[in-house]
Amino acid sequence: MIQIEHLTCVREGRTVLADVSLQVAAGEVVGVLGANGAGKSSLLAAVAGDLHTSQGKIALDGQLVGRTRPRQLARLRALLPQTSVLEFDLPVPEVVAMGAYPFDELTAAQVQVLVDAALIQADAADLATRHYAGLSGGEQQRVQLARVLVQTLAACQLNSKASLLLDEPTASLDPRHQHGVLAAVQALARQQQLAVLVVLHDVNLAARWCDRLLLLRHGQAVAEGTPQAVLRCEILQAVYDMPARVLPDPDDAARVLVLFG
Amino acid sequence: MRSVTNTKPMLALRQPAIALPCLLLALVLVVLLLAASISGAVDIPWTALPRALFATPVTPDEQLWQSVLRDVRLPRVIFAALCGAGLAVAGAAMQALFRNPLAEPGLVGISAGGALGAVAAIVGGASAFGLVAGAAFAGSLLALFAAWQIGRRSRAVAGLLLAGVAINAICGSLTALCTWQATDAQLRSLTFWNLGSLAGGNWSLLAFLAPWTLLLSALLLREWRGLNALLLGEREAGHLGFAIRALQRRLIVLVALLVGPLVAACGTIAFVGLVVPHIVRLTLGARHQLLLPASWLVGAIALVLADWVARRLAIPAEIPVGIVTSLAGGPFFLWLLARWSRA
Repeated sequence: MIQIEHLTCVREGRTVLADVSLQVAAGEVVGVLGANGAGKSSLLAAVAGDLHTSQGKIALDGQLVGRTRPRQLARLRALLPQTSVLEFDLPVPEVVAMGAYPFDELTAAQVQVLVDAALIQADAADLATRHYAGLSGGEQQRVQLARVLVQTLAACQLNSKASLLLDEPTASLDPRHQHGVLAAVQALARQQQLAVLVVLHDVNLAARWCDRLLLLRHGQAVAEGTPQAVLRCEILQAVYDMPARVLPDPDDAARVLVLFG
Repeated sequence: MRSVTNTKPMLALRQPAIALPCLLLALVLVVLLLAASISGAVDIPWTALPRALFATPVTPDEQLWQSVLRDVRLPRVIFAALCGAGLAVAGAAMQALFRNPLAEPGLVGISAGGALGAVAAIVGGASAFGLVAGAAFAGSLLALFAAWQIGRRSRAVAGLLLAGVAINAICGSLTALCTWQATDAQLRSLTFWNLGSLAGGNWSLLAFLAPWTLLLSALLLREWRGLNALLLGEREAGHLGFAIRALQRRLIVLVALLVGPLVAACGTIAFVGLVVPHIVRLTLGARHQLLLPASWLVGAIALVLADWVARRLAIPAEIPVGIVTSLAGGPFFLWLLARWSRA
């Protein structure tokens, strides 16, 4: 699980996160929403241990992020970056298998099983015979997701807990893969008791697949709660600086649809 | 949703083996070592090779062959193999470390500093090989240290790269200044350092250089996971549990300790550290668990071949081996660039 308490981060003299608190329980998917520069990626970077925290504390499964060695952190959490370019080309399975690097105790056969499973979860099994550089942006993103899933699955296997941080995992995916990836992530979270923190831009996608949402504006938490509770016109107007309408889903009364403009 | 607790691999994802290509390359290297050691100013027939290697000579011919083979050729070709191997494996590591296809061992000033140390020692009056080699090693470590101190101000590894360019330029101009000061006799030994030569190969040098090079190469080979992870980017490698600053520091120090003594012993040999890793990457792929050992072997093969050519072309004189590697490596590198710009 992920515990964030009164987190404040200053980056190059600018406060990118101010007094943000959030808990993500095991088995839960929490979405982070906000306009560009609202602090979404900074929040993920801070949880991953990349960003120096000025105040407050972050703990992954009870271990303080600032005081944990990179090696141990890698066994607690995995982060999917927004984009990833390989300097020299590698076969897809090699990229995916890198997710097992923090886990020396796994045998080659065990890694192979994890790689196979992760490629299927990320809907990238058909890319297994290809090379990374020859893939489209969306395909590369699914391969990177598979790599991150190997890291999480290995952590689950060995410690029975892990946190998964996803920075816009659906950015370059088509609608079918957007839903497919988030559905797979949600199912994995339930099945393996993962704590998932995911940055998304598509409000409807977030409402559909996240248990709770955190809305950020200028580094501050504007609202936090279930999609039905926080996706309201006045909150969205404040977060995105543009008018938004919230309609009940005609097929499912428990859900809402958001229309901007 | 399929279960992840499957026990057998479902997809045919097995990677091509590492052992087989390395074994084949090692075989080629051994054959080439023998072939190169029987050929030169004095040619030894193939059939006389086993006796020259292992038996007590009987005829005067056999005596000559044995002394040429044992005292001159074998140490020299083994020296060539070690230099090529060390430079190539260091180049492969540097290219991944800097995430730059143009990186090579000399990038952070190791080669230029070594040449400056050697040239300064020669012009200063030193003539013993040990003294000049010592000055070269000190020069390469000093140049690296300077590049490191300047480069550390920048957070990214690119800072070290830029500092290396500056240090290279400074060392180059100081070397030119020393060369301008040199006497005619000194100039001849200066070309040895600037163009590289394997003529210094003998058993007493190898007794130190061989175990050292093998040890450092083995330590570098162990870093393949970190180098693979660095291909993803520094941040991503960090997320995979590598302490990035420590990894980069370790790699630089390993490369310096590996290449420094080689530069001290054979001067600056161009292009091997740059081109060989690219040849291997183009044919066997960029996975470092294969790239590093294969570069080691191909580097050894390349420099033994180059030295062979350098000895054969102008018998009884020999061309500095650095000229051969530049002549072969330069056009190859241009071809590589053309290929890249098309892609």
